[in-house]
Amino acid sequence: MSTAITDIEARTQGEAGTRHGHVQLTVKELKGKVDPDWCPGCGDFGVLAALKQAIVDLGLQPHEVLTVSGIGCSSNLPGYINAYGMHTLHGRALAVATGAQLANHNLKVVVTGGDGDGYGIGGNHFLHNMRRNVDLTYLVMDNQIYGLTTGQISPTSVKGMKTKSTPFGSVENAINPIPLAIAGGATYVARGFTGQQKHLVGLIKGGIQHRGFALIDIFSPCVTYNHDNSHEFFKARVRRLEEMGHDPTDFHAAMDKAYLWGEAIPIGLFWKRTDLPALDELEPVLAEGGPLAYRPLGVSPEAAKSLIQDLM
Amino acid sequence: MGKIDLTVGIGGAAGQGIATPGDVLARIFVRRGLHLKAYNAYQSIIRGGHIFLMLRTGDQPVLSQGGKIDILIPLNQDTMDRHLKLMRSGSIVLYNSDKIGPGTAADGVQLCPFSVKELLPQMKGDLVQNTIAVAALLRLVGVEFKMLEDILTVQFKRKGESVIAENVGVARAGYDYAEAHFKPLPFSLPNTGKRLAFFEGNQALAMGGAAAGVRFYCAYPMSPASGVLHWMARHARQLGIMVRQVEDEIGVINMAIGAAHAGCRAMCATSGGGFALMSEALGSAAMMEIPVVCINVQRAGPATGVPTKTEQGDLWQVMGAGQGDYPRIIVAPTNIPDCFKTVPELFNLVDKFQCPGIILSDLLLSEGRSSVDPAELDFNVSIERGEVIGLRGDAPPVNGGYKRYLVTESGISPRAVPGTPGYVHVVATDEHDEEGVLISDEFTNPHKRRAIHEKRMRKMEGVLPLLEPPELFGPGEAQVTLVGWGSTEGAIREAIEKLAEEEGIVANHLQVKWLVPLQGEAILSILSRSKKIVIVENNYSGQFARYLRSETGIAANGHIRKYDGEPFLPHHIVDGVKKIVAGETEKYVPVHEIMV
Ligand SMILES: Cc1ncc(C[n+]2csc(CCOP(=O)(O)OP(=O)(O)O)c2C)c(N)n1
Ligand code: SF4
Repeated sequence: MSTAITDIEARTQGEAGTRHGHVQLTVKELKGKVDPDWCPGCGDFGVLAALKQAIVDLGLQPHEVLTVSGIGCSSNLPGYINAYGMHTLHGRALAVATGAQLANHNLKVVVTGGDGDGYGIGGNHFLHNMRRNVDLTYLVMDNQIYGLTTGQISPTSVKGMKTKSTPFGSVENAINPIPLAIAGGATYVARGFTGQQKHLVGLIKGGIQHRGFALIDIFSPCVTYNHDNSHEFFKARVRRLEEMGHDPTDFHAAMDKAYLWGEAIPIGLFWKRTDLPALDELEPVLAEGGPLAYRPLGVSPEAAKSLIQDLM
Repeated sequence: MGKIDLTVGIGGAAGQGIATPGDVLARIFVRRGLHLKAYNAYQSIIRGGHIFLMLRTGDQPVLSQGGKIDILIPLNQDTMDRHLKLMRSGSIVLYNSDKIGPGTAADGVQLCPFSVKELLPQMKGDLVQNTIAVAALLRLVGVEFKMLEDILTVQFKRKGESVIAENVGVARAGYDYAEAHFKPLPFSLPNTGKRLAFFEGNQALAMGGAAAGVRFYCAYPMSPASGVLHWMARHARQLGIMVRQVEDEIGVINMAIGAAHAGCRAMCATSGGGFALMSEALGSAAMMEIPVVCINVQRAGPATGVPTKTEQGDLWQVMGAGQGDYPRIIVAPTNIPDCFKTVPELFNLVDKFQCPGIILSDLLLSEGRSSVDPAELDFNVSIERGEVIGLRGDAPPVNGGYKRYLVTESGISPRAVPGTPGYVHVVATDEHDEEGVLISDEFTNPHKRRAIHEKRMRKMEGVLPLLEPPELFGPGEAQVTLVGWGSTEGAIREAIEKLAEEEGIVANHLQVKWLVPLQGEAILSILSRSKKIVIVENNYSGQFARYLRSETGIAANGHIRKYDGEPFLPHHIVDGVKKIVAGETEKYVPVHEIMV
């Protein structure tokens, strides 16, 4: 575990305040039932820390947040945070999260998982929940490798990468999730790096506050299986979009920046639009009456009568 | 069947408008209080091919589509050629002689040609012949013209007065022509003064879901299950149900699971191929202990199979869906009103036992239509949500720490929905301990694994006593007991009547509805008194026969199976029983003679 991250874990929230009469949480209170079993130094610690900090900063309470993950090292995250959680099947987190968000749109839904989980096996759900603009925040711990299965290529592994499943180097092109998400209909598209904690906290807070589908692809290095895309690799290359004068409401600029790779790799907010309603805002059934899950069940006698009348 | 037993067959190509005359006739029959069953044999194409709709009506409940046709309306030459040879003495064939020529009919078949050109030289279009044929048919079975006029008026209301007048005029011409030129049937269709409802099994399943309080329904289109989606979508806003079409069936079941975990009653429907994609997630619902209901409307498999044909070939699929042992409840409703009643029953069970529930229907049941006494459609069903916390957004204070998977004697642990203050927890598809903490990789613990696995599986013991016991139908003493499951109930019942009346064979009948958990002891005690057991099922390998044997040790004496895509007709079963009773064979596979 890097020292920077430990600092954040230990730091408690400065601007203590209240929301809805709740006393504001501290990062300590967001500690899950068990400690992470990630390898020491794994980038995922940084994502966990940043997420906790964002929740604290936003003044949310544990019961107001639902984390949903698939399967992978990164997908173990819900177990390590004191919030409602669903640790679902490999690749299925977005589908489950969509159902839960629509059933109770008061929840702040945060989906967490790996690049394999989200862009590989879960790719179809990824595409379709972006175009639906489901109101959730998707944190992809992108380590360009399959960690939990001990090191095979992932959809974001660069061409030529040698792994257990590509011992002579991969011949396939990688997915670039950023332009994919911008084109796919996500309304908040960002990239973070676990080596830049404050910046990452800001991106996550922005994603949670954003009404609609927010993708934050996070360079979260796997220290055990990916020695190409290490902490040092990214540290030397990442450049903040904010410092490059990027305007995240400019679609073409966002697309251009999204394709930058090599000696300078941009991180930050690529793209954001606020003119599109989220799916739950478009759904007539949710227009009034509060969360679907809390509503009384059954069919009124008048409705039943008209249904039967239609059949005669 | 009662004194009146009339079957009408209407056939033609897709796109020729068979549905409309079928609907008009069906409405008229049920408005007279007559019972009705309709079955549409169709192909997976939108235009062309051959479609054959059979409508059977009578003064007593209609058990199946029967096996004979009294009145044939061929809308094209193809239908005439295929079906005329099946028409028997006393039957009628109504057709447009401008386009269709008769073949050679059996003695006593009344050929009733009409010429649209001569009758209505000013009228154009194919649909005119349909209206004339329906009107003529109604004349021949003694239905007063007024009733047809009323139905046409309602049907064309939106198109305006002139369209109504035109259609009523066409109908009048057909009605009068039949009166002047054709010989009516020797009976008139009575009017009982009572009206019946008429709908398909998919509608019954959807309405059952609405009654049960389904608030979230999602699906990916697949025949023959799409009818549930269509009904739900049509009524979503009226009833406050969220309906979503999802990107694939994996997404469907996972989305339903998410909604169910958040507290909604969630349901989805598909056919065998889509169900296969849902397998892993069904196990995950059991592992996370989330109640969800999935309907599998079977069609003939494997793979894409025969999309528009019926089969009971997915029993083993649903029993074995997904890796590992897990609690699941599987039920096969036996008729259309039973579809409606079963959905709320199953929801109460899955809510109580926090596990997935599967309804096994098939094309015959789901797309077949039946008259139903509206009194059987009681939407005011009991809704029991089991041990669930926080459904109104509030919750009692927690006593000590909340354990989502508390090990209890019943295996049921109180379930809190996300959003509830004080009950924060994680549900996981990895094996976990009582608190939901993973035990799969951190410190794999065989004692914990055993305790939690037993807790989950133990829930099934509680299900069995809550199920309605299976019942033997018919005489206690019989030469043969017919055993079926799901949709074959009607055809078997009618076969038993025929066996008694026509063959002097006394048979009784056991139809199994609850498949998992199987009421093995109750079934055993019923069947241990049977002289000869014959299992009737719509598949090749005898999936239920093998299951029954594995669960109860009962090895049937005979089997009647069918896997040609069409449902059993009663006489198929009669023929099989005769052969098996006579010792000629142990397994009988009937030949389906109405070639559609
Ligand atoms: C249906 C299914 N297929 C395969 C697996 C095995 N599996 C578990 S995690 C994983 C990939 C992990 O990679 P990623 O999602 O990038 O997460 P990471 O471990 O790198 O954080 C795979 C293939 C599985 N659990 N389920
Ligand atoms: S294997 Fe890689 S991704 Fe998994 S915990 Fe270890 S460092 Fe992290």
